[in-house]
Amino acid sequence: MSSMAISPTSPAPRTSLARRVSALLYRRTTLALLLLLTPPLLWFGVVYLGSLLTLIAQSFYTFDDFSMQVTPEWTLANYRALLDAANLDIVLRTVSMALAVSAMSALLAFPLAYYMARYAKGSEKAFFYVAVMLPMWASYLVKVYAWTVLLAKGGISWWLIDKLGLTPLYEWMLTLPGIGGSTLSTSNFGRFWVFVYIWLPFMILPIQAALERIPDNLLAASSDLGARPWQTFVHIILPMAVPGVVAGSIFTFSLTLGDYIIPQLIGPSGFYIGNMVYSMQGSVGNMPMAAAFTVVPIVLIGVYLTLAKRTGAFDAL
Amino acid sequence: MHSERTPWALRLAAYGGLAFLHFPILVIFAYAFNTEESAFSFPLQGFTLHWFADAFARQDIFDAITVSLKVAAEATALALVLGTLAALALSRRDFCGKNGITLLLILPIALPGIITGIALLNAFKVAALEPGMLTIVVGHATFCVVIVYNNVVARLRRLPASLIEASMDLGADSFQSFRHVVLPSLATSLLAGGMLAFALSFDEIIVTTFTAGHEVTLPIWMLNQLGRPRDVPVTNVVAMLVMAVTTLPILGAWYLTRDTTDTAGSGK
Amino acid sequence: MKHAVEFDRVRRSYGAVNAVDDVNLAIREGEFFSMLGPSGSGKTTCLRLIAGFELPSSGRVLIDGVDASRLPPFERNVNTVFQDYALFPTMNVLENVAYPLMIKGVAKRERYARAEEALAMVALDGFAARKPGQLSGGQRQRVALARALVGRPRVLLLDEPLGALDLKLREQMQGELKALQRQLGITFVFVTHDQSEALSMSDRVAVFARGRIEQVDTPQALYSQPASRFVADFVGTSNVVDGALAETLTGRRGAFAIRPERIRLGRFDGAISVRGVVREVAFLGPVNRVDVEVAGRYLSAQLPSFSLQMPEVGTEVELAWERDAAHWLPEAA
Repeated sequence: MSSMAISPTSPAPRTSLARRVSALLYRRTTLALLLLLTPPLLWFGVVYLGSLLTLIAQSFYTFDDFSMQVTPEWTLANYRALLDAANLDIVLRTVSMALAVSAMSALLAFPLAYYMARYAKGSEKAFFYVAVMLPMWASYLVKVYAWTVLLAKGGISWWLIDKLGLTPLYEWMLTLPGIGGSTLSTSNFGRFWVFVYIWLPFMILPIQAALERIPDNLLAASSDLGARPWQTFVHIILPMAVPGVVAGSIFTFSLTLGDYIIPQLIGPSGFYIGNMVYSMQGSVGNMPMAAAFTVVPIVLIGVYLTLAKRTGAFDAL
Repeated sequence: MHSERTPWALRLAAYGGLAFLHFPILVIFAYAFNTEESAFSFPLQGFTLHWFADAFARQDIFDAITVSLKVAAEATALALVLGTLAALALSRRDFCGKNGITLLLILPIALPGIITGIALLNAFKVAALEPGMLTIVVGHATFCVVIVYNNVVARLRRLPASLIEASMDLGADSFQSFRHVVLPSLATSLLAGGMLAFALSFDEIIVTTFTAGHEVTLPIWMLNQLGRPRDVPVTNVVAMLVMAVTTLPILGAWYLTRDTTDTAGSGK
Repeated sequence: MKHAVEFDRVRRSYGAVNAVDDVNLAIREGEFFSMLGPSGSGKTTCLRLIAGFELPSSGRVLIDGVDASRLPPFERNVNTVFQDYALFPTMNVLENVAYPLMIKGVAKRERYARAEEALAMVALDGFAARKPGQLSGGQRQRVALARALVGRPRVLLLDEPLGALDLKLREQMQGELKALQRQLGITFVFVTHDQSEALSMSDRVAVFARGRIEQVDTPQALYSQPASRFVADFVGTSNVVDGALAETLTGRRGAFAIRPERIRLGRFDGAISVRGVVREVAFLGPVNRVDVEVAGRYLSAQLPSFSLQMPEVGTEVELAWERDAAHWLPEAA
């Protein structure tokens, strides 16, 4: 280092208000934390949590069928009404669809996620990542709309089935009870398929993330110890993918439970929880009943999350 | 792992899956240029740009786009402020209740949108607040905060603590340190988070239907269209437009964060 | 004499753990002061207490005779060179060095001129426009040094600044730091776990163990008169002899330390000598280390490697040292 002369010290630091406040906050870290947290906490604690609790409180209010008025008298009538055959039917229909959609999404997502995690490298991997992320973030409504176009009478799906010579199979499927319908777009199968399409990316990425975390040397060790590829797959890869599948299914399950637009646009008549909530608060004006219906997915998802937590799925999120 | 070759069936399945994800979106793009007016028959009838002119001439579409842009911009601004504050508070120190607060931030996207929507609507009623622009923005900001939070908190965790210490050591108070050292490091993650929040808000429908009152956002306009067969071509054009408007920020956000482990958008 | 830094019964605890436990310390104006100790001994916490990154749980920290215990870092005229250099990645080298001046509100022309000056001082003129990411470890270290010195602090704190450099560069930087300190006359407080670094550079050294100071002294005194068994062992290597062996050899109770280089082979007049069996001979370059088992314990001797015939492993030898080469350790240790 050469010779040097650092110039003399410049004027003493100013003692502005910002500096004094800053010095105070430095000494009182809890106060600083509180100041940072106050705006988001006010928003989420008061606006969001407050709304949720008000909603849940509403579910215990009384709705008078004749005057169409809500009175703040505590009652369990709304929850008793949930157990009516018609309402129970809605809950079961929604839950079974949510489970079926989750299972199918996992099945379809797995090969894609597996390829992404273990085979795609460099730019191919980036391509896959973007190609999965784009449809995930793309407009929900446009995607649903696209399927109404695809499934419309005389549309692409019809043309494709015809060209592939699958018409007899297709007609046979439409006759199946619980799956079929008069056309593809009014069949339960069509609705199921659209649900699977819409939520599929939410399943791919968590599985991919879980598979990504399997160290290569673990697989090397497995084959070194004499395991055949399929044995490695069953004993090493599948168990380590489970948290990813569970994490993905949280999305597919929760999103299907609350959806009311797909059931409205595609598939046979018959309400889902979402439709029921929507029409109860809207045309019927029975907010307490609508509130009671929303408690169903809250409870179901709460149970689901508790179970999921045990599998370590939250690390895969 | 042995240097085995990629099984062709797996590769086929992977690319098949991608094709499945993109096919319906491409179909919408194709139909936007289709000459046929009132049905979705296939093969397509012919090519035209006529519907674009039609769509751009419609005042209701223009109004809906304006409302959506305004909502998205305001919700994003709110989410940026709240999400950054939350990230600054939660990124380093551990304190009692931290996990609860994190859960609270995630809840609006973990629970189905319909719950957030109806809960807010109900609360607005109780508070005697007329649904409109304000209520839409409040609803959107609520679920956008976590997007910004996730992006910013990931970046903050990778920011060495010594940088802020160095800044204070050299005479900068907390505000100056934030302005000169923290904020420049956060710039790309704020931009990425903001763009994702914008995209999410721009095409949100579920919460919006509950909180919109008489306001018509672009997704609400589209939802209204789905029931009527006569405006099909214009709807196709708008659908394509919505897709384009949301795709660009998503790609931008990915590009900004692609070199890091906290790639944006990996959890919607 | 006024002290640059003083610790008055300073304690810093995290929960039940005392990272710094009742430390008293006085660092003189203009001296090169080192804090030496193994990791977790509290030396870095002490440095952070001077900088203000930590505030004491009890006791007082005085800077320039003024109580600074509750002052935030930005109110202290003390600057730090960080272990990871902590250069701002969004600024170039010149902006990094000019940062403290910008914060003080120095006009742009002047602050860049002074930053250039400081860069020249660390032989980095011509690097002003680079980003920190484009510099080598040694260059980053110099930028960090220029940045910490440009505001002319009363005290410069250095937190293991040479730890990440390779050996050659490290030795060069040791010399440069020492020269710089002499030239500027600024008090340097240097934290290190490397005892040879501390000994070669410092005017005085504080040896830390378990949150406490074991000894503060000049390097020579630390080496020749360690105040405790820990210091004898940590600063250089020592053979500590105690118990029955110490008593039979010298006729005195207690424990003494004897440096390996003071031990010779053979028997001399007026020297203490003892017989043992050679267990290991290790070649260390200028010297050989010979480990000899004596009455169930090992004594190490360092013998110049150029002249002597080294003993064979397994043979019996006689070790000897001058009576005054043994340093008796205080009873408490």
